[in-house]
Amino acid sequence: MDRIPILKLGGVLIVTIQVDMHDRLALALEEDLTTMIARTGARGVLIEISALEIVDSFIGRMLVSIAAVSRVLDAETVLAGMRPAVAITLVELGLELTGIRTALNVERGMALLKARFAEDGDGFGSDRDGLDD
Amino acid sequence: MRVDGAEVLERTLTEDEAAILEAWNISLREGTSLQSGRIREAELQTQAKIVFGQLQGALASGGIDADAEHYAALRETLADISRSRAIQGFSPTDTANFIFALKEPIFEALRRKSAVDATKLAAGVWAAGKVLDRLGLHTMEVFLASREDVIGRQGQEIAELSTPVVRLWDGILALPLIGTLDSARTGVVMENLLQAIVDEEAEIAIIDITGVPTVDTLVAQHLLKTVAAARLMGADCIVSGIRPQIAQTMVHLGVELNVVSKATLADAFALALKRTGRKVVRQQATATEERR
Repeated sequence: MDRIPILKLGGVLIVTIQVDMHDRLALALEEDLTTMIARTGARGVLIEISALEIVDSFIGRMLVSIAAVSRVLDAETVLAGMRPAVAITLVELGLELTGIRTALNVERGMALLKARFAEDGDGFGSDRDGLDD
Repeated sequence: MRVDGAEVLERTLTEDEAAILEAWNISLREGTSLQSGRIREAELQTQAKIVFGQLQGALASGGIDADAEHYAALRETLADISRSRAIQGFSPTDTANFIFALKEPIFEALRRKSAVDATKLAAGVWAAGKVLDRLGLHTMEVFLASREDVIGRQGQEIAELSTPVVRLWDGILALPLIGTLDSARTGVVMENLLQAIVDEEAEIAIIDITGVPTVDTLVAQHLLKTVAAARLMGADCIVSGIRPQIAQTMVHLGVELNVVSKATLADAFALALKRTGRKVVRQQATATEERR
């Protein structure tokens, strides 16, 4: 089964979704991401969805739950590059993704996360460097 | 003996052509269409002459069925006349009277020709009435269709005109809404705004509702949807231009807009500039400030 790659850049985990999300893929992503946050101690998660053309209520709910889980592990989630059609669909579905921060593109998303790190006063880097194993 | 009304009518029209045309022109001149100054007498007479000629031709080809094939040319002429009247702004009565004014001269001519033969007179009058009524109805149908076209086109133009997205500054968009917000329009507005956010890489969108006459729960819901969709795209929304009466009504109705709102577009723009790290400053102190 294919999985969505998760990249680590400083204290931020970057996920770009380039394929059509189906339910199993979304579940796997949530699990992988949670594990990664715990292992690396990342403080931010950036999910880039500019290639995502179709969303349904399940995917919308998965995004919310990924953000919620990340917050429990003290990582802020930013959703970047949502397409207009996707935004309209989510609003019509009644999923306003409250609690997730959004940005127009990856650059702005990183700026948002950096601003948050600056507020906390611990710079851009992560406290734990690299993986344990 | 059965009398063919169409034949009587055709003969009368041919033999009495000059007298009928003359009487029709007089009746048209007395009508209201000339007095309104929208059409010249010469033009009206030319139209009458053409229509009369085609009516003769159609009757000669046989029958009084105005829906038949050989009436096509006449119907087309009348349709053109109707359409131009609809555009020039004639009243429906004026338009229909053009053809109905022909009735009296024809009846008069029939009476002169067949005064002694009641059967013939009746058949002729019936034939003339049938043809002219049908043609009059056709005129009205075309007139109404033309007016509906005009209205439809205007409606479309209004819909296109009323949803512009304006770029106020780098990354700051304004969406001045004018008119009532219904579901169909909200869809268009939302799509335009979101596309503009992508194109302009906007951070902040100001939705100005100065031109929205009433805000009820439905309109508020549509506004909130637009704001939520813009937020998902990563842009913040500011609602501005809520008039005092509307603000009161909204509070009394229990409508809540949980978004940043400002009284005027200027205030909203100032806030947007502040959020993007900009500031408007006066280049020099003005005279009044210097005097202080």
